[in-house]
Amino acid sequence: MKVFQGRVVAPGNITAEAVVSHGGLNTLASFQKALQFGDKTATCGDQNNPDLYGKQMAGKALCLPQTIGSTTGGLVLYCACAMGRQPACMLFSQPIDSLAGAGVILADVWLEGASMPVIDSLGAEFLDYVKDGMSITVKQDGSVEVG
Amino acid sequence: MILNDEQKAILDGAKGEVMSKVMQTVIRYGELFGAERLVPVTSKYNHLVTSFGLKMMTPVFDLMQQLIDAGVMSEQKFSADPRPLDPNVPKNFLQNLIFNKFMYSKQDFYEDQLKKLGLMDDNAFTCACYMDEVGNKPERGDILSWAESSAVVYANSVLGARCNRNSGIIDIMGSIAGYVPEFGLLTDEGRKATWIVEIKTTKKPEAQLLGSAIGMKVMEDVPYVKGLDKWLGNELDDAACAYLKDFGAATASNGAVGLYHIDGLTPEAKEMGEALIKEGARVYVIDDAELQRVYDSYPVIWKDKDATPKLCFMGCPHMSLEQLKSWTERIETSLKAAGNKKVVIPTVFTAAPAVIKEFETTEYAPRLKATGVIVSYICPLMYMNNPLCGKMPVITSSNKLRTYTTARYYTDDEILEQITKGGKK
Repeated sequence: MKVFQGRVVAPGNITAEAVVSHGGLNTLASFQKALQFGDKTATCGDQNNPDLYGKQMAGKALCLPQTIGSTTGGLVLYCACAMGRQPACMLFSQPIDSLAGAGVILADVWLEGASMPVIDSLGAEFLDYVKDGMSITVKQDGSVEVG
Repeated sequence: MILNDEQKAILDGAKGEVMSKVMQTVIRYGELFGAERLVPVTSKYNHLVTSFGLKMMTPVFDLMQQLIDAGVMSEQKFSADPRPLDPNVPKNFLQNLIFNKFMYSKQDFYEDQLKKLGLMDDNAFTCACYMDEVGNKPERGDILSWAESSAVVYANSVLGARCNRNSGIIDIMGSIAGYVPEFGLLTDEGRKATWIVEIKTTKKPEAQLLGSAIGMKVMEDVPYVKGLDKWLGNELDDAACAYLKDFGAATASNGAVGLYHIDGLTPEAKEMGEALIKEGARVYVIDDAELQRVYDSYPVIWKDKDATPKLCFMGCPHMSLEQLKSWTERIETSLKAAGNKKVVIPTVFTAAPAVIKEFETTEYAPRLKATGVIVSYICPLMYMNNPLCGKMPVITSSNKLRTYTTARYYTDDEILEQITKGGKK
């Protein structure tokens, strides 16, 4: 087991199974079909993301560098949280980007009880170490236990 | 964050609970990125990325209704991204049913919400709101609260306005608050380049292929591009602006670029030159082989990879008046050479309603219509955002459309060949 320390963007304690994207997560491309067509597991629909394409994101510990793509990204994340199809937590190796950051803040301010712990700045080593299926425990102080 | 008395009062509820939440959203968004203060939004108009009444966006409609019910409005009017539906665009019975009865069943409801919130006019739906014909064109130095990645990167890079890559909803929150947090692309330091891109191609690079290559390489960083003025010139004329519109959209959608500088061409690069480049900037050299590598890397995800194309979309982002005219001439010439009178693949050109209105006053409009090309205000991305399109072989020269949908990318010349001569799969 290895412990990584990041910055708390949205606090929380949770344990979940990792799914890992080594490239930027395109939020619109990843979530749009799942949200539109009732896929409660939020299967990733981004053809350009070989790490995540076709994999379940809802309820998983989503490990990624940053999000990329359309500026609908934040509201897509907000909708995923409102519909209960968000990842269990989002763990960013880099500082969070403006689109994902917006989605997290919007959910926190405007939604009741849509909890999704978010930690950023975990470092490149975090993404090198974590693998799909590993158990991840996120703690209130921003520490992330992997494996 | 340091707040002035007005901002503190709003946060404390002086203008009601909903307005307090709007201010809280803007402040927390800024704090996340180290902003030390809020700065006033100075552009005449705002631009929203959300224009589509998708059923899945019900949480967004609920939030908008909270704003309307509380009477919390912006002093700015705004344009919004393109409509997702246009009866002129070809679709079969099943698509029609899914679009109108299932996917976009909230379209009229949402457009009514937008009007209540301050839509510029009933047809202010385009991703290219900065076109002269549309009239939402910020001045250099203006502070914006826009979203829509292609519009933000254009406003920052070509117009010299200042805007972060805001998400949808954040766009209207900043506009209602009248303030946006000062960080990132709003600051002089954040506008400096951390990448130098050297263009060493033997011909003018395809705008959307070059933008894709740079976007995928630099991600959210600011690139300073050298050697492109050799192909585009040193003046922001209509052709250069159209090129940069398409180039920028690809950098923003294939990566997360919010600002680029083109040496000798874009306003800040012309004024400050290489002083815009940060020490230690990395270098990315793009030659013919690199562009070919990027092109070859695109996955083809049609169910039948050898299918004959059934539809072609051009105009993501929306085409300019100059592009509509020049493509009319290219299609006419190519059809004549092929001995055809009309395009052999159903083809849709998309542009802003105001650009289409202007185009229709020119001699080019009937000429383009005679080739069989349909001109529409639709958002091709939203048109293709449904499971039926997985079975529908659509071609495009838009790298943004390729990224978000099953559309297959071809260069402009390849598209021209296919739609006028056919025979190529």
